[in-house]
Amino acid sequence: MAYDSFNVLKSSAVPLPIENVDTDQIIPARFLKATERTGFGDNLFRDWRYDKNDAPKADFVLNNPTYSGKILVGGKNFGSGSSREHAAWAIYDYGFRCVVSSFFADIFRGNAINVGVLPVQVSPEFLHEIFTAIEVDPKAEIEVSLPEQKITIVSTGAFENFAINGYKKNNLLNGFDDIDYLQAMKSEISAFAVNR
Amino acid sequence: MSNSPTTLFDKVWDSHVVRKIADGPDVFFIDRHFIHEVTSPVAFLGLLTRGIGVLSPERTFATADHNTPTINQHLPVEDPLSANQLLQLEKNTAKYGISHWGLGNPKNGIVHVVGPENGITLPGMTIVCGDSHTSTHGAFGAIAFGIGTSEVEMVLSSQCIMQPKPMKMRINVNGVLGKGVTPKDVALYIISKLSTSGATGYFVEYAGDVFEKMSMEGRMTVCNLSIEMGARGGMIAPDQTTFDYIHGRELAPKGADWDKQLAYWKTLKTDADATFDEEITFSASDIEPMITYGTNPGMGMGISKHIPNAVDIEGGVTTYEKSLEYMGFAQNDSMIGKKVDYVFIGSCTNGRIEDFRAFASIVKGRKKAEHVTAWVVPGSHVVEAQIREEGIYDILTEAGFALRQPGCSACLAMNDDKIPAGKYAVSTSNRNFEGRQGPGSRTLLASPLVAAAAAITGVVTDPREFL
Repeated sequence: MAYDSFNVLKSSAVPLPIENVDTDQIIPARFLKATERTGFGDNLFRDWRYDKNDAPKADFVLNNPTYSGKILVGGKNFGSGSSREHAAWAIYDYGFRCVVSSFFADIFRGNAINVGVLPVQVSPEFLHEIFTAIEVDPKAEIEVSLPEQKITIVSTGAFENFAINGYKKNNLLNGFDDIDYLQAMKSEISAFAVNR
Repeated sequence: MSNSPTTLFDKVWDSHVVRKIADGPDVFFIDRHFIHEVTSPVAFLGLLTRGIGVLSPERTFATADHNTPTINQHLPVEDPLSANQLLQLEKNTAKYGISHWGLGNPKNGIVHVVGPENGITLPGMTIVCGDSHTSTHGAFGAIAFGIGTSEVEMVLSSQCIMQPKPMKMRINVNGVLGKGVTPKDVALYIISKLSTSGATGYFVEYAGDVFEKMSMEGRMTVCNLSIEMGARGGMIAPDQTTFDYIHGRELAPKGADWDKQLAYWKTLKTDADATFDEEITFSASDIEPMITYGTNPGMGMGISKHIPNAVDIEGGVTTYEKSLEYMGFAQNDSMIGKKVDYVFIGSCTNGRIEDFRAFASIVKGRKKAEHVTAWVVPGSHVVEAQIREEGIYDILTEAGFALRQPGCSACLAMNDDKIPAGKYAVSTSNRNFEGRQGPGSRTLLASPLVAAAAAITGVVTDPREFL
């Protein structure tokens, strides 16, 4: 609920070429104490972003003004570990609408879609091409088209198609969510539950 | 339904599909739902915002565990944010008529310890919780896995979630485990072979005589760690060991209902000719007590080995170097003899009675190393009571250990049980991620036996020396 629908996103991207980025890094457990879903962006990648005195670490990409955009590009196995949806909230709250990687952990992938962040899985080769394009030009634009299921490096025209099931695609395009769907079939569920 | 051979996983999954969506996920019915204070408040807020209610409150069970203190639980919780989460859980469960075992309740404890302990977890069920270690309950032949908070809201409001059916993997471990090799070592060994993403997209069935001979506590430890190889969950076919564990537990079926359920449970096994998308077999004799040296659970090795080089590690050189630098270790280091500052025994991975028995078997008659701070945290009040009844409490006390009160504690350090920056902790928990046990903390994952040996000697020690 309450996320912006997703259609075509054209933006520069923030590179995070690290593998196995786990959800404890995305949002450390000590910041999970809120009872609302907003405000987590301030603590996105907290311990990589700030030192122990809460001063920004200059060498971390989110503190580097050269890089900005609504797309986060991460290394293989992005989002492993804890099921905390707070990780996806933090990414959304910070302003990202899309995460690109060559491989996503299952729970994170599902959580991301459920909160309006599109996980785009590309081949390791194409991921490398994206990192290279950003290295050449930090403002290099990436276009993510959900209707066409296509991600393009605008400067070179190189593209790849990505997979998403039709149901989830329709949800994201329209800003629908699973709860709307499930509420509409409650009598069917209740009938099923009788024998369980 | 065809009569072709099917797997345990298929049997349980297929019987819970309410509706199949073309080019989409299954609408998947959930029998039992556990909630806790950290991942549920936003789900309840969602219900309120939408103006919808809880469909089947009797299928949801709440316990407070993630942020709770492990000392002085009779006093008000000092941290105002944690106290508020606990209060919200209490209010939300009261409002919707959901069972709640809060702080101070004799049934309180870690969600994945108290569920099985009270007979809530049963074979053939579908079980979810907003916690990735929900895979623990797969030890009973249930399909159990962690979900996000949006899905917690789905289960509360409709008792269903939307899930694409995972692929199937079977992991066989055959043979006899060596001296000092525990279920935790079996799991850490498998993860070190598969890596933290090796089973992503799969649901695992563990099979082979090692698991058949394993206690329920041991099976829970193994299934608990399924998520650490990327699997959504892991399960073990129920057998007499399972039925004996469940029988007589408070919320387990009784009388005629027991007989009926038992007959069904006995059908829950993989047919002889059923096939898996992936099948892997390991030999028990290759496994020794394990320890991790890096910053993900896949970076583990036999305790007698030396830290391997980057090419053998998932994630390549960048991840490997970043990881070893964080840990303060170098390639080819032996872990034996490395100084240990903290020892933590507890968590949903190793916080059950069998784990404390193992720990006590080594510390008995010995003394804790003076420089080591040890946190001994039972998984529940029931485990705590067992520790006292069995005389383990006295063994611990004589050896210089203090017993704390139940909770998730230093596993994720949401409460005050934080390992200080730069310090080394041998921990029986499940994750050695950077800062997992407190900002800057350095975690060495291991079994209760390895933890006990480290607590006594103050350095990483092969527990077989004490056995």
